[in-house]
Amino acid sequence: MTMRRLINLKRVEARRIYLTYFIVIAAYVICQTMSSTKFLSSSMRGMLVPICAYMVMAISLNLVVGISGELSLGHAGFMSVGAFSGVATAILLQKVLPFAPARLAIAMIVAAIFAAIAGFLIGIPVLRLKGDYLAIVTLAFGEIIKSLLNNFYFGVDSGGLHFSMLTDTTRLLKGGRLIIRGPMGISGIQKIATFPAGFILVMIALMVVFNLVNSRSGRAFMAIRDDRIAAESIGLDITKYKMMAFVTSAALAGAAGALFAMNYSTIVANKFDFNTSILILVFVVLGGQGNMLGGIIAAAVLTILPEKLRQFSEYRMLLYAVVLIVMMLATNNAEIKYFLSRLNPFRRKEEAE
Amino acid sequence: MIFLNFFISGISLGSIYAIIALGYTMVYGIAKMLNFAHGDVIMVGAYVCFYAVSRYGMNPFVGVVLAMAVCTSLGIVIERFAYKPLRQAPSLAVLITAIGMSYFLQNTALLLWSSNPKVFPSIIGRGSFKLFEGKLSVSHVTVLTIATCVIIMIVLSLFISKTKLGKAMRACSEDKGAAQLMGINVNATISLTFAIGSGLAAIAGALLCSAYPTLMPTTGSLPGIKAFTAAVFGGIGSIPGAFLGGLMLGVIEIFAKAYISSQLSDAVVFGVLIVVLLVKPSGLLGKQLQEKV
Repeated sequence: MTMRRLINLKRVEARRIYLTYFIVIAAYVICQTMSSTKFLSSSMRGMLVPICAYMVMAISLNLVVGISGELSLGHAGFMSVGAFSGVATAILLQKVLPFAPARLAIAMIVAAIFAAIAGFLIGIPVLRLKGDYLAIVTLAFGEIIKSLLNNFYFGVDSGGLHFSMLTDTTRLLKGGRLIIRGPMGISGIQKIATFPAGFILVMIALMVVFNLVNSRSGRAFMAIRDDRIAAESIGLDITKYKMMAFVTSAALAGAAGALFAMNYSTIVANKFDFNTSILILVFVVLGGQGNMLGGIIAAAVLTILPEKLRQFSEYRMLLYAVVLIVMMLATNNAEIKYFLSRLNPFRRKEEAE
Repeated sequence: MIFLNFFISGISLGSIYAIIALGYTMVYGIAKMLNFAHGDVIMVGAYVCFYAVSRYGMNPFVGVVLAMAVCTSLGIVIERFAYKPLRQAPSLAVLITAIGMSYFLQNTALLLWSSNPKVFPSIIGRGSFKLFEGKLSVSHVTVLTIATCVIIMIVLSLFISKTKLGKAMRACSEDKGAAQLMGINVNATISLTFAIGSGLAAIAGALLCSAYPTLMPTTGSLPGIKAFTAAVFGGIGSIPGAFLGGLMLGVIEIFAKAYISSQLSDAVVFGVLIVVLLVKPSGLLGKQLQEKV
């Protein structure tokens, strides 16, 4: 199915998709070899899983921002829903399922389902809005998710599952375990997230998004992005398609959140705040809206670079801010665009194409 | 009596939101953009005022005027270099630029003034009026905040409705092209709007930090977002709407803190935003806009 669809695509488009898969696989093989031959420093090895998680986040947000043309500022919220539900699942399964990769897979699937449900519930009100309002409401939901998770208690004992809000009233029996502890988050997580698992998740995310984008629905997303009124007038169900993009994106973000969380021993809801949402937005904007490969590369570079340039770490967020502003000015202002095109030595070639 | 106390502190917080919301609502009305960096202009204003008063020992009111001057120029500069080149760009690009600008201000402040919280000196001391035999105490800052807000509202409403510049602003928000044809300098009018909004932000910054004296580079962002919520609540583009929305949001927030949970009060405020946008997207006093094809 995938193959036939790719062959039917325009050649340029298909080439770009193959190139993306190829680069991701090649990067994985190189990193894995370097990692197993101890060529990679331990700090770099520790960053492989977060990089994969951020790549999936970039792909997922790109589906909303680049393909469907709506700005979501609460994407870290879906990541945290996935992180908490995934880790809780993994802890619950610890005794039943000793095989770690299977536990990780189930945890990520559960995380994706929970995040998709959250995406659907949030999507119902949010997708009726558009533009700036939509952006600010996604921001609001991101903050609401954060403060709800900060006040959520969840535990397990021989009597079953217990949860409570605001204060810990779960009253667990002896031998029970309080898994989510409000503002303290979850601690004592087994670090079962591995680089191969991260790689597989990136590949799955790419396949899902590429297949979706190059399907009838994907063309509908782009039609709605380019002209909502025209799309509506030819009978496209705007809400349905927007919801489809939003829920898919949320599910991917949830799986990424679970992967991310299981790389650390402790996670708290405050980790997934507005700054994280902006960080992911920077990946998407720097990589090019709608360009999956660009987002993936940006995610990798912007995660590794700050580690390598520790002495400039104070300037990191400032740099991100400048990146956002300059990218927008460079791609949207006619005069600056013209100026940049004159600097480009390959200008002739591009014009001929 | 406790209820009345909460109500008054709600009105006071709401007055600050209302002053901030004015900046959002005026800019949105004219430039049709959400100036995300507005909250951080508040923070810059508060820092300028802080340094003027506690480092250089100026009179607090001179400090506020200085902060207004700095913020006004900052607003004009931001508009000129970040937003003006994007006048024709899609709104998504403008919004991302504004978010970038907000981060730029926050992180510049972080480098200049460090992340250590500063204790802001109240601009008129910490005294309070005692009413009903001491059962009800209203601090001087509260009275000053509410009075300032009312004065600003009256002056601004008169400015918009009676003066020539105000008329130009109304014309620009109605139809920029037609305003240009009528000989109105649209760019200058937009700059003026940013200048007024940012100047008000400086006042809001000084008042906010007098009431809640911790000053950090991130001080402005949350009140900024809440004030935007207030602007949407009251109907974006409408000045009485910003006033009403700000006051109501302040009261809702304080009541949520007092009677529901202090940790969930932000969630309640954002919940209000979502409900308003769903039930009446044009806000309490906003105009219903028809979409033209």
